[in-house]
Amino acid sequence: MTRSTLALALAGSLSSALATAAYAGPVSAEYMSGKEKCYGIALAGQNDCAAGPGTTCAGTSTKDFQGNAWKAVPAGTCTTMNVDGHMGMLEPKEG
Amino acid sequence: MGAATLDLFAAALLDARSPLPVGLTTAREEADTARFAVYRNNVHVGLTEALAQRFAVTARLVGEEFFRGMARVYVQDHKPASPLMFEYGEDFPDFVAGFAPAAGLAYLADVARVEAVWSRAYHAAEADPLSVAALAGIAPERLADTKLAAHPATAIVTSDHPAGSIWAAHRTDPVGAVAAWKPETVLIVRPDAEVNVHVLPATDAEFAAAVLAGEALGEAAERALGANAAFDFGAALIGLVTLGAFAATERG
Repeated sequence: MTRSTLALALAGSLSSALATAAYAGPVSAEYMSGKEKCYGIALAGQNDCAAGPGTTCAGTSTKDFQGNAWKAVPAGTCTTMNVDGHMGMLEPKEG
Repeated sequence: MGAATLDLFAAALLDARSPLPVGLTTAREEADTARFAVYRNNVHVGLTEALAQRFAVTARLVGEEFFRGMARVYVQDHKPASPLMFEYGEDFPDFVAGFAPAAGLAYLADVARVEAVWSRAYHAAEADPLSVAALAGIAPERLADTKLAAHPATAIVTSDHPAGSIWAAHRTDPVGAVAAWKPETVLIVRPDAEVNVHVLPATDAEFAAAVLAGEALGEAAERALGANAAFDFGAALIGLVTLGAFAATERG
């Protein structure tokens, strides 16, 4: 594609996207401020306690971290996660 | 304490096998190994707790015992690089990726990446996002050469796994469903006060990453069109702008 053809194609694509039903003008204030989520799949993202880790003084007088040999196995939700037939995939998927 | 003493003190804090720093005593001028062990333990517990809070979904995916064990191994080799504890664990996802006992969960490191980026986005600088009107105002002949600046909070996590869907499914109780097991490109934005997480359409993923990395729109679009003739430049760009991925100022 030559530069001028590309420039034309991009400008055309953008203006037709701006003119489609979803973006019909005049563009609403809500749309302009980015409140409307019509692109991609929106996932939950509210701000919760994960925002400020390490703010509590979680001290302890035990010495439990010392001398702990590695022995744990993953025991969370990986085997129960509902994944259309995959049950969380405990084996790494090759290539 | 002098600098050398501080270094010894720091080393002794992280490594349980190292001896009590020379000259470190109680008020009675006794070297007290047991007391130092308590102090050292508190440091480890504090750092482990910081990881557990920042990587709550990762912890849920493996269970508390496994997570605390994994975090403990990380903490022993990773001093905080910043006094701000919410920044602790920047490279924890990379550590998870190489952590052999977790190798069975191929998606785990990518979910941790989403969490790391999420909290970085939450604490990122404020900036006005680029508006659709400003995008529409770019002269057509300049469009191909235009480079857009990413919003300070914006980041992308590219995963061979449904990292975004797994993350979202584990923020509800009980654990939600993951609709489809396929690679996901996850866009994290914070145009305003809230962090928003989106799974980008697969056809737009590489374009989005390239443009956010500062590539000119023309080059990024040409490559995306080469990879998939159905790529819709206008819809992709407006989509990203609408989500607040770019900052209001253009790059040079």
